[in-house]
Amino acid sequence: MLRASARSRIGALELDASLEVAEGECLALAGPSGAGKTSVLRVVAGLLRPERGLVSCGDRIWLDTETGRDVPPEGRRCGYLFQEYALFPHLSAWQNVAYALGKGRRDDRRREACELLERFGLEQLADARPRTLSGGERQRVALARALARRPDVLLLDEPLSALDARTRASSSRELAAVLRQAQAPALLVTHDFAEAAQLGDRVAILDAGRVVQEGTPSELASVPGSAFVADFTGAVVLTGVARAGEDGLTVVDLGGGESIVSTDPGLGAVGASVHPWEITIERGGPGGVHGSALNRLAAEVTSVTQIGNRVRLGLAGAQPLAAEVTRASASGLGLSEGARVTATWKAAATRLVSL
Amino acid sequence: MNGRAGFTALVTIALATAIAFLTLPVLAIFLDSRPGALVSSLGEESAREALWLSLRTTALALAIILAVGTPAAYLLATRSFPGRALLLTLVELPLVLPPAVAGIALLAAVGPSGILGGALDALHIRLALETAGVVVALTFVASPFYLRQAQAAFASVDRTLLDASRTLGASEARTFLRVMIPSALPGLAAGAALALGRALGEFGATLMFAGSFQGITQTVPLAIYDRFATDFDAALALSGVLVAVSLGILVSVKLVLGAEALDGAAR
Repeated sequence: MLRASARSRIGALELDASLEVAEGECLALAGPSGAGKTSVLRVVAGLLRPERGLVSCGDRIWLDTETGRDVPPEGRRCGYLFQEYALFPHLSAWQNVAYALGKGRRDDRRREACELLERFGLEQLADARPRTLSGGERQRVALARALARRPDVLLLDEPLSALDARTRASSSRELAAVLRQAQAPALLVTHDFAEAAQLGDRVAILDAGRVVQEGTPSELASVPGSAFVADFTGAVVLTGVARAGEDGLTVVDLGGGESIVSTDPGLGAVGASVHPWEITIERGGPGGVHGSALNRLAAEVTSVTQIGNRVRLGLAGAQPLAAEVTRASASGLGLSEGARVTATWKAAATRLVSL
Repeated sequence: MNGRAGFTALVTIALATAIAFLTLPVLAIFLDSRPGALVSSLGEESAREALWLSLRTTALALAIILAVGTPAAYLLATRSFPGRALLLTLVELPLVLPPAVAGIALLAAVGPSGILGGALDALHIRLALETAGVVVALTFVASPFYLRQAQAAFASVDRTLLDASRTLGASEARTFLRVMIPSALPGLAAGAALALGRALGEFGATLMFAGSFQGITQTVPLAIYDRFATDFDAALALSGVLVAVSLGILVSVKLVLGAEALDGAAR
C-alpha cells in the first residue's frame, strides 16, 4: 500500500493532495496540465520535498516532514517512467537497464539486463544507443529499466504522450499487461481521461493541486461530482465481449442480456467508448420507435449535473452511462433523478478500444 | 550583379580577409625561419629546459583546474543560492584582467610581502620566483576559461537524466560521475582545451609573479622574449616549436572527441 499526502506551494500552484494505492492496483491521476500531477509523482519519488507531507510504502516511511525523515530518491524503490523516458544518451539499451542493477560482474549485469529487454522484445537492440531507437522502442527500454530495480512502487508520467497515434494503441495494451502483472502499487499520470480509464483501476481527478473526485472510470463519467469533472471525463467507457455481427458490424455483449453494436472491428474483451453528447435520451422503455440509432439501452437517471448551458445525466443501466443534453431538453423531458429513460446512440459513434 | 550575389561576394571577402590575417603571421614563423633551425633550436639546452618546464607547469595547472574546477562548476550550474550571479561574475573576472595586472595581483596576494605572504612563509611555502609560482600564475589566468565552459555544459544537461539516475538507485555523487560528466563531456573538453591553450601561451602574469629564470620559471613564451632582443632567429625557431605543440594538442583533442562534439559545445 502506497500512501502519499503533500501540502506545498510550488510556483503558482497550491498543492494539497493525498492518495492511497493498494498492492497491484493502478491509480490514474488525471487532470489538465499545470494541475500538479507530475509534482505528486516527484514527491513520492523523493525528487521534490513538499513543505508538509507524508509518504509511506508498506511499513516503510519515506517522508515525514513532522519528524524530518526524508529518504533520498536512491533509497526509495520507485520505478519511475519519465515523460520523455530520460534514457541516458551515452549508454546503450542494455547499459541503461543495467544502470538500475547496481554493482556486479559485467557479464552478469549484461545477462540480467538482456533478460529484461527480451521480455519487451528488444533483445536485438541491446547494443543500440537511445537516439537510434523509435519512440515505442525507447518507451519499452525505459520500462525495462524502471522494472529492473524490482520497484516497490511504479510511477508513470504520461507514458503514452510521447508516442505517435499508431504506436500508442499497441503500447497501451503492453503497458496494461505490465500493470496487471506488477504486484507493486502503480501511480499513473495523464491529461487524457480515456487513457486514465483504460489503464487505471481507479481514477483521481486533480485540479489546481487538489483531488476533486476519485472513483472507477465509469463512476466518474456517470456521476461527476462537479462540472469540471464532467467536462474532463469526456467519453463513457462500457466493457463487454465483442463478436462479429450482421452487415460487418461488431456486436458487444454487455452482460445482463443487453448488447450494443459498433462500426469498429473488435473481438473478445473490449471497451466501447461513446461521448455523452452523442447519446440521445427518450422517455419510457426501449421498445418504442426505432430511428437510425441501433443502440438502445434502458436506464434510470441517477444524477443531474449542470455544465454551463448543458446538463450531464448520470444513468444506471446494465452498466453506468452518461449523457449530455441541453438544459431545455432536460426540463422539457422532465429529467430528474429516478426518471426511467432510454439512451440511444448510433453504432457509428461507438469506438471500440482495447482493455 | 544583383543584390544577392553582391552580398555573397562581400561576406566571402570578409572571411578571406579574416583567414589571411589570422593564418599569415603563424605561417610566417615557419616561412621565415631557416630550414632545420626548428630542429636545431631544440638541440639547445636552454630551449629544451624551457619546453619541458612549459609542459610540466601547464600539465600541473590543468590538473588542478580540472580537479577543483569541475566540482565547482557543477555546484554553480546545479544549485541556486543567493549571490550566485555575483560568484559567476567573480569567476570570470580574470578573463578581462590584463596579464600584467594579474601578476601584480598575485604578488599582492601571495607574494613575499603580500597579504597571505606571512602565512605562506610560516608554512615554508615560497611561490614568487619559483616553479610553483608559475603553476599558480597559469592556474589563475587559465581556470576561468574552463570554469565558464564547464558551468555552461553542466547547466545544459537535461535535469530529468539526473532525476532518472537518482530514482534508479544512484547517489548524487554517483550520478555526477556516471551521468553528469559523460553528458557534459564535449563542453568540458572544449573548456579544458581553451584553458590549456591559455596556460601554454601565458606570459605577462608569469613574468611579473615568477620572473624569468632559466630552468626554474622560464617557460617557452618567456624564453622567446629572452632571445628576441639578441637572437631573432632563435626566438623564431622556438616560436615554431610552441605553435607545433599547441597545434598538436588542439588536433589531438579534436580527434579524440570528434570535431562535431567541439562544434556542438561551442554553439
